[in-house]
Amino acid sequence: MDRKIRILVAKPGLDGHDRGAKVMARAFRDDGMEVVYTGLRQTPEQIVQAAIQEDVDVVAMSILSGAHNHLFPRVTELLAAKGVDDVLVVGGGVIPEDDYEFLKSKGVAAIFGPGTPTKTTIDFIRANLKRK
Amino acid sequence: MSAKQAGAAPPRPEPRGEQPELARRVVSGEARAVARLISGLEDGDPAAAAALAALRGSRGRAHVVGVTGPPGSGKSTLCDKMIAELRGRGLRVGILAVDPSSPFSGGAILGDRLRMQRHALDEGVFIRSLASRGRLGGLSRATAAAARALEAAGYDWVIVETVGVGQSEVEIVKMADTVVLVSVPGLGDDIQVIKAGVMEIGDVFVVNKADREGADRVVREIRGMLEMAAGLAWARAEAAHHGPAPGSAAGSVAGPGAGGLPELPLDAEGHPVLPPILKTVAETGEGCAGLVDAVIEHRRRASESGALASRRLEAARAEMRSLIAYRLLDLLEGERGRGVEDSLARAVASGDQDPYSAAEELLAALSKGAIA
Amino acid sequence: MSDIESLRKAVEAWKAGVAKSAAKFPERRASFVTGSGAPIESLYTPLSLEGRDLAADLGLPGEYPYTRGVQSTMYRGRLWTMRQYAGFSNAEESNKRYKFLLEQGTTGLSIAFDLPTQIGYDSDHALSQGEVGKVGVAIDSLADMEVLFDGIPLDKVSTSMTINAPAAVLLAMYIAVAEKQGVGADKLNGTIQNDILKEYVARGTYIFPPGPSMRLITDIFAYCSKSVPNWNTISISGYHIREAGSTASQEVAFTLADGIAYVEAAVKAGLGVDDFAPRLSFFFNAHNDLFEEVAKYRAARRIWARLMRERFGAKSPKSWMLRFHTQTGGSTLTAQQPDNNVVRVAIQTLAAVLGGTQSLHTNSRDEALALPTEESVRIALRTQQIVAYESGAAETPDPLAGSYYVESLTNRVEEEALAYLRRIDELGGAVKAIEQGYVQQEIQDAAYRYQMEVEKGERVVVGLNKFQIQEPKPKGLLRVDPSVGEAQVKRLHALKAKRDNAAVKAALADLETAAKGDANLMPPILAAVKAYATEGEICDVLRGVFGEYRPGSTF
Repeated sequence: MDRKIRILVAKPGLDGHDRGAKVMARAFRDDGMEVVYTGLRQTPEQIVQAAIQEDVDVVAMSILSGAHNHLFPRVTELLAAKGVDDVLVVGGGVIPEDDYEFLKSKGVAAIFGPGTPTKTTIDFIRANLKRK
Repeated sequence: MSAKQAGAAPPRPEPRGEQPELARRVVSGEARAVARLISGLEDGDPAAAAALAALRGSRGRAHVVGVTGPPGSGKSTLCDKMIAELRGRGLRVGILAVDPSSPFSGGAILGDRLRMQRHALDEGVFIRSLASRGRLGGLSRATAAAARALEAAGYDWVIVETVGVGQSEVEIVKMADTVVLVSVPGLGDDIQVIKAGVMEIGDVFVVNKADREGADRVVREIRGMLEMAAGLAWARAEAAHHGPAPGSAAGSVAGPGAGGLPELPLDAEGHPVLPPILKTVAETGEGCAGLVDAVIEHRRRASESGALASRRLEAARAEMRSLIAYRLLDLLEGERGRGVEDSLARAVASGDQDPYSAAEELLAALSKGAIA
Repeated sequence: MSDIESLRKAVEAWKAGVAKSAAKFPERRASFVTGSGAPIESLYTPLSLEGRDLAADLGLPGEYPYTRGVQSTMYRGRLWTMRQYAGFSNAEESNKRYKFLLEQGTTGLSIAFDLPTQIGYDSDHALSQGEVGKVGVAIDSLADMEVLFDGIPLDKVSTSMTINAPAAVLLAMYIAVAEKQGVGADKLNGTIQNDILKEYVARGTYIFPPGPSMRLITDIFAYCSKSVPNWNTISISGYHIREAGSTASQEVAFTLADGIAYVEAAVKAGLGVDDFAPRLSFFFNAHNDLFEEVAKYRAARRIWARLMRERFGAKSPKSWMLRFHTQTGGSTLTAQQPDNNVVRVAIQTLAAVLGGTQSLHTNSRDEALALPTEESVRIALRTQQIVAYESGAAETPDPLAGSYYVESLTNRVEEEALAYLRRIDELGGAVKAIEQGYVQQEIQDAAYRYQMEVEKGERVVVGLNKFQIQEPKPKGLLRVDPSVGEAQVKRLHALKAKRDNAAVKAALADLETAAKGDANLMPPILAAVKAYATEGEICDVLRGVFGEYRPGSTF
């Protein structure tokens, strides 16, 4: 069997700063992952539906507008409501460290702030996949 | 994915067995099950093969449409508009968007979904991005099987979108009922379809971004090519009727698709039928309803003439061959296969053995079951 | 032997000597490059400028081709405008921040709008959830704008508004507020960003497809040239292109390519080039490579002047001048050891000033972490004031002119940018190049290259990949009260209940008719704004007529 890690890279909310999301998408690809890129202005509902249809192992979201405490938990809640319990959810962007605990309690496995080497994120994902 | 997750499936396809749980969920149209099945097929999971086997019988229900063309021709936007049009007609649509895998890392960025994402919340639409994982050609090994899965889940149309970069258009024709070949003005001086030598696969030709300068020229160029092909088809029909005259040109060009030209179907009177050439502006949706009509019309005719049946026969043949090829590769790349292959490869590389006898030896090892 | 020949000999001998000693004491690195990756030679001399006509290339300050600056006295006459971009939460809170900034000595306002406002959604739109008041102030209608500028006389300040896709609506609101203060539109000073092309490639707050977006822009040009003559109708922005990861030369090239597209669109719409070109302004980034950044501004001025004069036949010197605002580079700030950012911003400030900027925003040290606190904003402003009053950099125009290195870099940025401009012309101009994803691809390649260089340690970022320390969690970050969104929605609903809804309906119907035809859209937008139609309502009418832009993906 030829198991590839599939990862959804999405930007929830309205901010258009996709430099980080796009750099990460490339880094994931260069690490051998299959990256489904959904682009800007995604609602939590759209992200979850895409995650299901694409059968991804990971949902990676980036947000720089400050709406993370609202939008990230919406995604994890909707995933749970759909019975999806084997998808790893991670986040990135400009997110105050004070919010990390709250987001973790809502099911976001890790937050990667500005300046995080791409390898750190990749290593975390590889070590924490829920589906083997 | 483990067999446990996929339901109590046997390790090998078991055509006459109980319908596995996964297959049942797929038939009921459950999105997660369809998605999981496609992943299993991509990964070569035997449980997925078993589920697919249990889904036989739904074949032929869906209209499988291939959409291909060069990068930047607006295929994804066109698909997006076709989805909207088909949904308006009450049809359920599955999309398989195939993008190439990186030859270096084996990873891929699958970005086609972006243009169709507005349909994400529509239960009647299922969009799946596939990486070609192309060890053999341009299509993913699972593309045909994934189309089966969507068909079984009750999608009326299955649209397979691929980037036309050579190999993949030729492969898509082997699995689609109708192939839409997308062209666009302004990507170069020649029409790209001719450059790639794939004119022969188009059942419906589309010149997208038709509001741009040069669209009519592209239409004329395609028509010219098709008319040349029509002339050949005419000559061919005549030759078949009267027998080739000694030294006649007609006899020498009677081979299918000679010179990269399409082999055109003939109507009742033996006249070649030109495929439609449509102009669309996917950005605004202009011409997209007409495109859907043309695709439906193609299938109707093909079904009446028997061309559809023979194409599906070819598709079955191609799919089996591709599965065999992948199976062989899987075996060779397995632990034992690699061992045998490595020692033979070393012998060939050092000149101790010739590649022909080494290949024979490898094949013999495979057929004896020494590699499994 | 001529002077140049003897110099050539001397330099050759010098290089031989250096090579010899380098064998024993090698240089720090195998090769040296600028912040943008351009190679740096071991020595710059007059030979580096051989073959160039310095007099024609540089001119004098305030003279064509303006390489040395657009004013003859530069900062000896007047310092640059110190303009701090600010705005958050609701109109009352932002109004307080503006008054604070004016008291601290800023000389111009710069309004940050929240994302729903920038994308033409009202605060109660489904997509606005969680975004209201976050990155800027929420403005739904003229009522909010009246509060925003309460007690700030609009004939006394110049106001820059970072607004693009719905720029016409916000400009109309500003004109309407001024009217209520008794200030005529002809007395208004300020800028709207109004640069849609860079939204498609770098910033992402687009609404409509390129065609109708360009029409809105040229409508604003035409309207303002008659009714708001002192308004800068566009701020053609390289800032966000650089933030998205471009090099310095790409920043210049893609910004000027966008500029060319706007000029062509306006000329095509029947405007005379000298009627609108003097009101075009630019907006650049300031990164850490001091000399390359200075060269960048100088090269941009020179290219633009020649383009306007030679390609577009502009006659007025005001049309030739590239005037620009600068903001220090947000992407250069690190979340690690954030106080170090004060130093980065100081270097960037110096670059902008040595490069002859007309106005400047300095970033606050904590912007990689959250919205800036008042204390951080004050330090950022003080940084400008120190450069202005203590560094000496403002005392003579273009102080780095004639430096072999800086002139060589200026030539290099110019050549690279001109090569890009030729390529974009071949593709059919900026709009086509963007539609084909060419510009996006170039920027993303540069961004990825940069990231990989940092990760491999080929590029040192202090505190990030070298000289790291264990840090405690940062404290005292500013947060927007999450109840702001609800309060704003309440305010919006109250407005809708008390306004004259029949008048709103009529004004929106007029706007729709105008949008379907080809009349200038500013007057019907102004009428709708005055009837208290909301920004979302106005943009929805335009969405209905124009459609919405949907991006592709490039990697």
